[in-house]
Amino acid sequence: MAAYISGIGVLGPGFDSWPHAAAVLSGRRAYEPKPTILPMPTLLAPTERRRTGRVVKLALAVALEAAAQAGAEPGELKSVFSSSGGDGHNCHEICLSLSLAGREISPTRFSNSVHNAAAGYWSIATGAERESTVLCAFDASFCAGLLEALAQVAVDEEALLLIAYDSEYPEPIHAKRPIPDAFGAAFILTPHRQAGSLARIEATLAREPVDLLADRELEALRVSIPAARCLPMLRRLAMREGGRTVLEYLDVADTVVQVDLCN
Amino acid sequence: MSFRAASMSPLFLKEFTATSCIGQGREPTLRSLLEKRSGLTACAFETVNLDTHIGEVAGVDATRLPAEFGRFDCRNNRLAELALRQDGFMAAVEEAAARWGSRRIGVFIGTSTAGILQTELAYRERDPVSGALPASFEYGTTHNSFSVADFLRRRLHLTGPAVAVSCACASSAKVFGSARRMIEANMIDAAVVGGVDSLCLTTLYGFHSLQLCSALPCRPFDTARDGISIGEAAAFALLERVPDGLNSDAVLLLGIGESSDAYHMSAPHPEGRGARRAMQSALSAAGLEPGAIDYINLHGTATPSNDRSESQAVTSVFGVTTPCSSTKGATGHTLGAAGALEAVIGALALQNALMPGGAQTAHVDPTLTACYIRDNRRAPVARVLSNSFGFGGTNCSLIFGRAG
Repeated sequence: MAAYISGIGVLGPGFDSWPHAAAVLSGRRAYEPKPTILPMPTLLAPTERRRTGRVVKLALAVALEAAAQAGAEPGELKSVFSSSGGDGHNCHEICLSLSLAGREISPTRFSNSVHNAAAGYWSIATGAERESTVLCAFDASFCAGLLEALAQVAVDEEALLLIAYDSEYPEPIHAKRPIPDAFGAAFILTPHRQAGSLARIEATLAREPVDLLADRELEALRVSIPAARCLPMLRRLAMREGGRTVLEYLDVADTVVQVDLCN
Repeated sequence: MSFRAASMSPLFLKEFTATSCIGQGREPTLRSLLEKRSGLTACAFETVNLDTHIGEVAGVDATRLPAEFGRFDCRNNRLAELALRQDGFMAAVEEAAARWGSRRIGVFIGTSTAGILQTELAYRERDPVSGALPASFEYGTTHNSFSVADFLRRRLHLTGPAVAVSCACASSAKVFGSARRMIEANMIDAAVVGGVDSLCLTTLYGFHSLQLCSALPCRPFDTARDGISIGEAAAFALLERVPDGLNSDAVLLLGIGESSDAYHMSAPHPEGRGARRAMQSALSAAGLEPGAIDYINLHGTATPSNDRSESQAVTSVFGVTTPCSSTKGATGHTLGAAGALEAVIGALALQNALMPGGAQTAHVDPTLTACYIRDNRRAPVARVLSNSFGFGGTNCSLIFGRAG
């Protein structure tokens, strides 16, 4: 299954955009880890903006960056969202309320508790009425999203937006699922090469040693946030270096991505 | 039709099974449908103190996972295990694995809340000083949405792609789309698809907070409908490419249509715009005209606005004569499992010449123009359309048909 990467968006600890991330991953700029700064989703109406949690802000921000870079109209794109856990803070508040005598949950909290909340807000914000699916594969969520997205592009031959995003749970769940911060990456995948396409990628499954990152802190980021499992592929794109990259997927299979640069 | 959508190659439902409050396995489920029996009862689940009815599956607590799956132990995976044991489903998957190779079979499971009940219970056991959750609590294999897909792939010894689809109440309809694309892209030769969602406090108290739960057993399309009854279910199908020489009552997946409302997080578009697009896309993918559909299994949750919006959408595509009903008066709304459960009900309808009448509904709302049937109809059914819609404005319609 293959597609062209025609736009990228990145946000994470020490990454405020794809150009910034590319500078760091290619070694042109030092990696300075600092808490992820999430922009307000100005795309949403003020009432909805107030209701959105960190994962929604994260997903919308990277999706918009990728779409803008590809010159794609967000409202016309199909989308695949993949997240290992959704809105951890909202989930914590609900579990906390349910452990108290009154068991009162706010209706907004409950509406936002669905795993597809970010996809819902994205479609409301951009007017996207196309199909959109929302996946979870725990630590394998990035590759699960990539495989779904590549299958869609291969079968339907249409451009698509892939968004992988994760954010932290507060305590006490944090101790059981220690994701440190928010990280998201979005890709516009197109069936054909277009002006601005960065590379053609082709994915297969195999059991091979996973690519690691030489920088200790970047490697820590890759391992600690499931969406950041895409970093070895982003590094290849940032370095303008074609070739094979092996991304961590399931215990029984990794995803081998062949990256062929467009120019 | 006003737009084009890619047509799809049909897929064969080689095996399928469902477990809900109306039956564990195909035969008991069919018997309940034939008797128009509802499995809804007054809520006595866990410590829940709400005036509502639920569709609880008997024997979930007593179901034990094999010893090596201890970390996966939670109500949701027990329900999955209970359902797996029905109708020879495990043997059918084993046979498929022997034929195609375990790497060539994918696992695509829809769920909305997975095993979150485990976390709800763990929060009651927080350490009084540190606030820590009990040491025995496992997040990844119970609470996380992937836990049930992970459990199933390991339980079935499958090593292909595996994923949970979590799009609220459309989750286990959308798994058919993911599986179909992976088969068509030749990443896999077969897929275990399905949905598993189990009772928990988040959904019971959450829907209650939105004032969307009825105190009575839910009455889809009834004049007096006033909300949903939450149920639980697990349903699975084994999908393969269509082989030669199928029996005429073999069931095929003919079309899938997906769309987004782009309207509101928890309310449907008032005219059912997204629902209409999903149904039209499914027809287009199947290469069928609306008149080719004999029966529609509605999403039909029994909230005033959902049923009104769906009725408008159905009428706009099919007119007012295609028989339709919601089986949620019998099963309750099984949320992330509803798509797969109702796919199995659709398959039973095809094989048994049955259009199941909507249980619990006494007086069909005359302002709803879709052709809602309250009584069972026994007549040949060649093609069924099944609707599933969810929070976030996510919609999926599936079309199933007989092979001959």
